[in-house]
Amino acid sequence: MRPLRRRTMLAGTFAAAGVLPLSRLAHAQEEKRLNVYNWDTYIGSNTIAEFTDATGIEVRYDLYASSDELFGKLREGNPGYDVIFSSSNYVERMIAADMLVQLDHAQIPNLKNIAPAFANQSYDPGLKYGAPYTYSLLVIGYRKSAVTTAPVSWDAVFGEGAPQGRVSLPNDTDIVRCALKYLGKSLNTEDPADIKAAEELLIAVKKRGTVKIFAPDTGQDLLLSGEVDLAVDWMGDMRQVMAEDDDLAFAVPKEGTVLGIDCMCIPKGAPHPGNAHAFINFILTPEVHAAIAEEIQYAIPNAAAVELLPEEERTDPQVYPPQDVLAQSEVPAYKGEAVEKLFEDALTRILAA
Amino acid sequence: MENWRQQPWVFLTFIAPGALWLLLFFLIPLGWIWLFAVGERQGPVDIVVTWTMSNYAEALQPIYLQLFFKTLWIAILSTVVCLVVAFPVALSICFAPERYKNILLLLVILPFWTNMLIRTYAMIAMLRQNGFLNDGIRGVWTAIKFLLTPVGLGGLMGDQFQPLNLLYNNAAVILGTVYVYLPFMVLPLYANLEKLDRSLIEASLDLGASQVRTFFEVIVKLAKPGIISGVILVFIPALGTFLISDLLGGPDSQLIGNVIERQFRAANNLPLGAALSFMLLYLTFIALALRAWFAARGERSDA
Repeated sequence: MRPLRRRTMLAGTFAAAGVLPLSRLAHAQEEKRLNVYNWDTYIGSNTIAEFTDATGIEVRYDLYASSDELFGKLREGNPGYDVIFSSSNYVERMIAADMLVQLDHAQIPNLKNIAPAFANQSYDPGLKYGAPYTYSLLVIGYRKSAVTTAPVSWDAVFGEGAPQGRVSLPNDTDIVRCALKYLGKSLNTEDPADIKAAEELLIAVKKRGTVKIFAPDTGQDLLLSGEVDLAVDWMGDMRQVMAEDDDLAFAVPKEGTVLGIDCMCIPKGAPHPGNAHAFINFILTPEVHAAIAEEIQYAIPNAAAVELLPEEERTDPQVYPPQDVLAQSEVPAYKGEAVEKLFEDALTRILAA
Repeated sequence: MENWRQQPWVFLTFIAPGALWLLLFFLIPLGWIWLFAVGERQGPVDIVVTWTMSNYAEALQPIYLQLFFKTLWIAILSTVVCLVVAFPVALSICFAPERYKNILLLLVILPFWTNMLIRTYAMIAMLRQNGFLNDGIRGVWTAIKFLLTPVGLGGLMGDQFQPLNLLYNNAAVILGTVYVYLPFMVLPLYANLEKLDRSLIEASLDLGASQVRTFFEVIVKLAKPGIISGVILVFIPALGTFLISDLLGGPDSQLIGNVIERQFRAANNLPLGAALSFMLLYLTFIALALRAWFAARGERSDA
C-alpha cells in the first residue's frame, strides 16, 4: 500500500474542496493586518497599540499556554498566523520540520541590537529563523526563612541533604537536563548512558522522599503558597513571586543550568510576511523592547535596549546574570526525535518509579 | 412507531443527523488516530502508516502495563467511593418532600456550571497546606490547646500545629475524581430509585425484614440498572483522566492518561500515544464485554 502522509492528504483535501487561499493572489500589496500568537502576559500592555499607531496595521493577538500547544496547532498547517513566539528548542524542531520562513535581515535592521552571545546559538546560528525576544534560566527558588544556607548548587535539591518532601521539580524533560548538569555532563548529551545516570539520580532523589511534586510550570506558585521550600522553575517566574513575598529568593546553580531563549518567528504560509517583518523590527526597537522588559520582568537579549533600562536593574545579577554564569548554561538542543525519545522515556520512568 | 421496518423512512430521518454526526466527528477522527497507532514518525511532523506493530509492542512494555494497572486501581477505588457516597444522596433525594426535590437535584448539578479546571483548582485551595481545610483544623487545634493548657495537658498537643499533607498524593487524586464525577453517579441512581415501587419496600418491612436487610436485598437489587449506568459513567472517564492527577497528584501519581497526554503534546510521539489510547479503549471494551457476559450468565442461572 502507498504510504499515507497526513500533510499530502490534507493538501489534497484542500485542493478538492477548492479552498486554496486565492485571496492572497488578489492583493498585490498586503492588507494592513497581522496575526500574532504569543504566551499570555508576555508583552507590554501598550506595545500592540503603539505598533498600530506607528504603522496603521491592525493586530489580532491570540494567546497559548505552552510551546507544545503552539506546535500542536501549527503541525497540521499554519491556521493563519504571521508572527509566533516560540522557545528555542521548538524553533529548532520547526526548522527541522520546514515550518518556518527565513527572516529577511534587510527588513529587520534592528537585529543588529541583539547581543553577540545570543546571535550565534546552536539552535539557529546567525538568527536565520528566529529573532530572540527574551531569555531565562532554570533556577532554584527558595524560602529564605526555611533554609539554613542559601543554595548554590544543584546539591540543594538533588543531594542527600535536601529537605524531605519540601521540593518541587518541573514535570518535563528539563529536569533530566538539570540532573545532567549536576552530574557534570552536557545537557545536550546524546549518550544513553549519561541519560540513564541522570534518570537513576532522579529516581534516587524521589525514593528519598525529597520531591513533594513534579509541577507543571507552577513551582513559583507552590513556593509562594508555602507548599514547598525549594522549587526549580524559570528565573522570570521567580522574580514575579519575589515581588509579592520578601522571604523568597533564587540562586543559579554553580554547575550551570538550562538557558531558554524565546524567539519571534514567521511560520510558513503566513498571510502577511511583510507586516510580520515590520512587527519584529518594531519589537526590537530599543525603546519598545526596554519598555516590554520593564513590564514583564524577563531579561532581554537586546543590548541596545538593555542600555536604556534603569541602572539598578541592568547591573543586578539576579536580572542579568553575569557572563560566566551564562557561559556555563546551555540551550537545550533538538537533535531529532530519537534523542528526544531518550529524554521522554527517562521522564516516564522517573515519574512512574 | 412500533417497529422501524414498518416505516423505514421515518426511522432514517430521525437517525440520520445523529448517525452523520457520529460518523463525521467520532468514527472518522477515531479511525485517523487508529491509523497513527500503526504508523511511524518520519521527522518532527510526518507520520507514515506502515502497519507496524512496534507501537503496540512498546505500549505492552512492563512500565506501561504497570501504569495501566495503577490507573485501573485508582479508577476502581474512585468509582467505589463515588457509589458509596452517591447512593445515600440519591436515596434521600427520592424520599425528600416533593417541593425540595428539584432544589436538591439542582444542587447536585450545580458544580457542572463551572469548568472542571476551575473546580480542580478550587480543590487545591481547599486542600493545600495553607488551605481552608488545614486552616479549619488549625483553628480546632488552637482551641483544644487553649482549653488543655490550664489543666497542664497542653503538652499533649505538641508545640506547633503540623498542617496535614492533604494534597499532592494519590488520595487527593481519588478525592478529586470523586468530586468531579459524583453527579454522574447520583443522577442515574436517582432516576432509577425514583421509579422504584415503594410498596415493595413496605412489603419487605411488613414481612419482617430488618431495615438493613431491606436496603441490601430490595433497594440495592432493584437499583442495579442505575448502579451499572453510574459505575460505567464514572469508571470510564476516571480511566482516562490526566488533569486531576496532574494538578492534585504527587510525585508518584502519574496515570496512563498523563503519559498519553505527554505523547500527544510535549513528547510529540503521536504513534505511541495513539497505541496507548487504543490499549485503554480495548481494555474498556473487554471490561464491558465481560460485564455483558456475566449478566447473560446470571440471567440463565436465574431462569
